[in-house]
Amino acid sequence: MSSDRIKIVWIYPDLLSTYGDQGNTIVLERRAALRGIPTETVHLRSDEPVPADGDIYLLGGGEDRPQILAAQRLRGDGGLARAVQSGAVVFAVCAGYQLLGHEFGGEEGQPVPGLGLLDIRSGRGEQRAVGEIVGDVAAELNVPRITGFENHQGVTHLGQNVRPFAKVVHGVGNGSGDGFEGAYSGRVLGTYMHGPALVRNPGLADLLLGWAVGSELQPLDNSWADRLREERLNAVLS
Amino acid sequence: MSDLPLRSQLAVALGRTAAKMSRMAGRGDGSVIGGRVGLRLDPELLTRLAKDRKLVLVSATNGKTTTTRLITSAMTPLGEVATNAFGANMPTGHVSALASAPSARYGVLECDEKYVPMVLKETGANVVALMNLSRDQMDRAAEIWLLAGKWRRALEASPTSHVIANCDDPLVTWGASTAKSVTWVAAGQHWREDSWCCPECGGPLDRQDTDEDSDWRCRQCTFARPRPDWTLRGDTITAPDGRSYSLTGLSLPGRANRSNALIALAVVAQFGVPPEQALPLLSQVTSVAGRYTTVEHEGRSIRLLLSKNPAGWLEAFDVLQPAPGPVALSVNAQGPDGRDTSWLWDVDYRILRGRPVWVTGERRIDLAARLEAAEVSFTVVDDIDQAVMAVPPGHLDVIANYTAFQTIRTRYGRVV
Repeated sequence: MSSDRIKIVWIYPDLLSTYGDQGNTIVLERRAALRGIPTETVHLRSDEPVPADGDIYLLGGGEDRPQILAAQRLRGDGGLARAVQSGAVVFAVCAGYQLLGHEFGGEEGQPVPGLGLLDIRSGRGEQRAVGEIVGDVAAELNVPRITGFENHQGVTHLGQNVRPFAKVVHGVGNGSGDGFEGAYSGRVLGTYMHGPALVRNPGLADLLLGWAVGSELQPLDNSWADRLREERLNAVLS
Repeated sequence: MSDLPLRSQLAVALGRTAAKMSRMAGRGDGSVIGGRVGLRLDPELLTRLAKDRKLVLVSATNGKTTTTRLITSAMTPLGEVATNAFGANMPTGHVSALASAPSARYGVLECDEKYVPMVLKETGANVVALMNLSRDQMDRAAEIWLLAGKWRRALEASPTSHVIANCDDPLVTWGASTAKSVTWVAAGQHWREDSWCCPECGGPLDRQDTDEDSDWRCRQCTFARPRPDWTLRGDTITAPDGRSYSLTGLSLPGRANRSNALIALAVVAQFGVPPEQALPLLSQVTSVAGRYTTVEHEGRSIRLLLSKNPAGWLEAFDVLQPAPGPVALSVNAQGPDGRDTSWLWDVDYRILRGRPVWVTGERRIDLAARLEAAEVSFTVVDDIDQAVMAVPPGHLDVIANYTAFQTIRTRYGRVV
């Protein structure tokens, strides 16, 4: 956290905001506010330059064409890569996750260059993965079992320089045959759990906030979001 | 109908029997099963049934059923009109609608967005009304940019079809602009989160930000809003000949229904029904398949509003009783609703602050988490009855998504 507040940059809601992605910004603002930490959120349109001074950058899901446009503009801009170099937190979902990698599949499955901020490669799979997803998060992240909804046809292969975010308990995730979901490297984290993944997983929201603040966060009282997480896990796993 | 081939006549007859049996078994109006049986026996049945009729296809993300009803009502001066009034909006429903009105020379068919190309090809519809496209049930619906692209190809291949399209919606405009002849209707667009980018080139769209002015153009290419033939300002319509008409007599509430009425007027004008003749007929429509109906129960007047996606919720909020009027919300996530509830986070619920709000439905905890984050006070209840009995006698607005709406509608006597 470079100043007295957490600066959240929601990247390109005009292109990458298909599945309630706004929920992730709302939850970060709220969980920070409940701890007395002020936030400032920038809804960054794709014709604007990416600011370098953000603490948390969010990328959402999108259709094929908007995904390709977003990747082109972010590559041309270069601001996100600079922010990552200076230690910013990045949380990317679905199309946003794929475009952080070296390449992803376009409308016809053609490879499209990504940003190379995560050592992953994505392509187009045979079947669309649609449904609830549950996973056990990499132990070092200290986040309880995650629940989400996935809707994608991507297959993502992890390279040497990333770690799998979670082991799939239910659902498809990366779909590359190793049973993993998502990937992370340092403070850059991507997942196929789309939309308000941080809503259904308050622990994951707190992981990102903790990274941004640079210290342990005080725990919060149980909320409806915690009940939602429990209800979803029960509904899917029972 | 009498000139149908024998096989098609048999297909129609067996379809009707199946529909009747389905109705007797209490499984809805039977139009889907009836059409399915008919199409199984004669795969070209839709084409045959459409022959020699003047047909309108009505498609959009929101407002299809209501607009279909409005158009049908306004076309009654022309004679009998075949229509799929109950929202069975795929080819099976179209077959049933046409088969059950064999002598109708006109037909108004609500059409699922994905099926527009197929139904257009099979029926060669005379008029296609395209109203709006926005995010909707993403786990099963097509992505809308892709969908608009398919409309373009279908309309290009159907040069005899005339299109009535909402030019305030950039994606609809793009989807319609390959048609040989188009009437552009400025029907408004309130949900804009899916139209910040040019559908043609992906560049940023510059837009007027007021509800009253929806002008837009691409900053990078020549794609821009066409000049509208019909316009809507508040509740005043201006026709292509410059004459103005008031919509204050409409029975259906809200700006979304003023838009639907405008589209309906433009469609029926294409068949020679002038606005002054059509308007009183539009006003006769007071509810559509239970939507906007007010039911009386235990001293409460319960008004039922159906909203299936973020754009639809925005329009439902527009017609709520003024604050602090109580509101009950019910959300399910069954197949027809979409199993993914993430769209709740695209709806701005802060407008409900300061009202008593009750929350129910199978996904009430999703809704509770959403309202909690929006800092809206609410009470979670197990079913709609608890909400109804908790409010004082008087008005209660109920907003529900598809299957939740059907449950509530059935609970209060399957009102129409």
